[in-house]
Amino acid sequence: MKLADLQKIAEHELDFQRAYRYRINVCCSSGCVPFGALKVLKAFEDAVKEFGVEKECKVARTGCVGTCSVGPAVVIEPGDYLYQSVTPEKVREIVRDHIVLGLPVKGMLYCNEAFFKKQHRLVLRNAGKIDPSRIEDYISMGGYSAIVKCLATMTPQGVIYEVTRSGLRGRGGAGFPTGQKWGLVARSHSTPKYIVANLDEGDPGVFANRTLAEADPHAIIEGMLIAAYAVGAEKGYIYIRAEYPLAIQTLQKAIAQARGMSLLGDNVLETGFKFDLELRFGAGAFVAGEETAILASVEGRRAMPRPRPPYPANSGLWGKPTLIQNVETLANIPLIIQNGGEWFSKIGTPRCSGTKCFSLTGQINNPGLIEVPMGITLREVVFEIGGGIQDDRAFKAVLVGGPSGGCLPETLLDLPIDYDSLTKAGAIMGSGGIVVIDDQSCMVDTAKFFTDFCVEESCGKCVPCRAGLVKVKEIFEGITSGTGKPEDIAALDKSGNYIKEASLCGLGQTAPNPVLTTLRYFRDEYMEHINDKKCRAGVCFRNMVNEEAEK
Amino acid sequence: MLKDDNRKIMLDKVIKEHHFEESSLLEILHKAQETYGFLDKNMLNYIAQALSLPPSHVTGVATFYSFFKLKAPGEHVVTGCLGTACYVKKVEDIMTAIEHEFNLKRGSSTSDGKLSLFITRCIGACAMAPNIIVDDEVIGKANKEIVLERVRLALEGGGRRS
Repeated sequence: MKLADLQKIAEHELDFQRAYRYRINVCCSSGCVPFGALKVLKAFEDAVKEFGVEKECKVARTGCVGTCSVGPAVVIEPGDYLYQSVTPEKVREIVRDHIVLGLPVKGMLYCNEAFFKKQHRLVLRNAGKIDPSRIEDYISMGGYSAIVKCLATMTPQGVIYEVTRSGLRGRGGAGFPTGQKWGLVARSHSTPKYIVANLDEGDPGVFANRTLAEADPHAIIEGMLIAAYAVGAEKGYIYIRAEYPLAIQTLQKAIAQARGMSLLGDNVLETGFKFDLELRFGAGAFVAGEETAILASVEGRRAMPRPRPPYPANSGLWGKPTLIQNVETLANIPLIIQNGGEWFSKIGTPRCSGTKCFSLTGQINNPGLIEVPMGITLREVVFEIGGGIQDDRAFKAVLVGGPSGGCLPETLLDLPIDYDSLTKAGAIMGSGGIVVIDDQSCMVDTAKFFTDFCVEESCGKCVPCRAGLVKVKEIFEGITSGTGKPEDIAALDKSGNYIKEASLCGLGQTAPNPVLTTLRYFRDEYMEHINDKKCRAGVCFRNMVNEEAEK
Repeated sequence: MLKDDNRKIMLDKVIKEHHFEESSLLEILHKAQETYGFLDKNMLNYIAQALSLPPSHVTGVATFYSFFKLKAPGEHVVTGCLGTACYVKKVEDIMTAIEHEFNLKRGSSTSDGKLSLFITRCIGACAMAPNIIVDDEVIGKANKEIVLERVRLALEGGGRRS
């Protein structure tokens, strides 16, 4: 297949789609399926037949639109009418009124423009719009034209130059400049070279990468192809959590289709460029997201990190140069190639270009999946996009960056979201979780919860993380059960900083973040627990209360 | 040794497809668990032998990853999502209620083997938190009453079981 063939497919597909007056997109991602999305899809297929409008109305199974709290969500084009909490019973009415009579059913529409207003969808450009199981849908949106452009008109150095100029930084959390990383792997002389796409979203409360894979798998594959061309890799692996069956299925199908069109294989698009990829399944280890641990896991071993250097760019999978990149980073690449690095560098902030996907959850009115430009403030995310706190309760904290992120208080709500500002405040970008906490949660208990998580997920290789976190956990158990002492505060602070400085990998280095940030911003709650044996949220000391009641 | 049956034929086929490579160990453990439901010592030894790996290595890998189950689960399985969003939405209260009512601890089964209670770190339906999975059904925006009722129903034989 050549470029002209690709254009032919795109035009043919667009003609095919134009033949329909309406397109009904039913979100069938992991957020909506448990709540009946597949039944809704079937009901729509039946209803368009029943009303005899199947020739003018296309029913499509798509990925996530982002409004996960009101699933199953259905979008009818043209006009992007978003129907919320659709049930099979409501489907007939929607088809009859909206499609047959042309009158949208107002009562069922999601009328919350604020949720979308400040979002900027680049990575999720196709999410909820295309059928992820059809490669033609992706091609019709300009898909795979970036790899064609690379192969036909650009040198590998040229590709790396564009990516460097875009200012794109790794979306897995650490924010390493992507172009620089590619340069390192490209300059490495040893062969073969490998690419590992990280889809091991182990952070509880985060589902942005999964949603991307379910909604637009070909964007990840195309990003990998371009990266492979730039660094000279022949083989790639997508490391994905086994807990994501739908994303796995979607990717498997997408890979098979790409192979079928010779977009993957020994002779990509008849240019002699060779690249193929395979899925590798994680098995529930948070630490496997760390870059040297993921390599161990792909090689079939325990996911335990190792000291760096050597960096994976020089010595990765089986000792060969390896590029490790988060899937969200990769999904940005086709856009950068199509529109140029300069275009991308103007989105977001000067030091942090582009957008970031976040799973917005917790005690908030509009939870869901969002994509916002870098530099947006936490206040805008929580109160405008998120619609504020549920039941008009009081905002207490926002946790940014998963279990090793930081809990930030109201005074920091005007903080812009970018790698550097978040790190300075004690949080991290992480893989993109924002959890909003209201006055029903206790900050001491929240910090304890994350410590428990990190204790369980510590791989046990280095002492500060393995033993230090257990020590921190013990101090927390004392504080939350009523035997806390004033000197515990200093002990937590000291242990936390030791673990942060002395641990081998990112897990240990960031694990004390929730402890240190809550100590920094919510110290009065710790003091109350220790001095007055009081928990203002009524979460801690429960056993004590029960015991007293029994007496 | 494993019993010679269709399941073993399937497992052997997958091992062969992966060319008996060490790096396919996780894939093979996944396949074995998918086929047999869990991985006991006998199974781990069999895989070790097939891939020419020390049994300690295979056992080490299987115990490292929390996704692999080393014991047979009960007839009905309840899994509570202990992801951050569910925790903030008080899933802990529901878990405690289940533990009280059915007299078991998370991570274990009742003595009659009818019910197991597990925790998972995030199923990714965070916007619907708190989530509890009863057998294969995800209960979103769950509360104590609904979940307990659903589990009672399952135990009485009225629930669906795949």
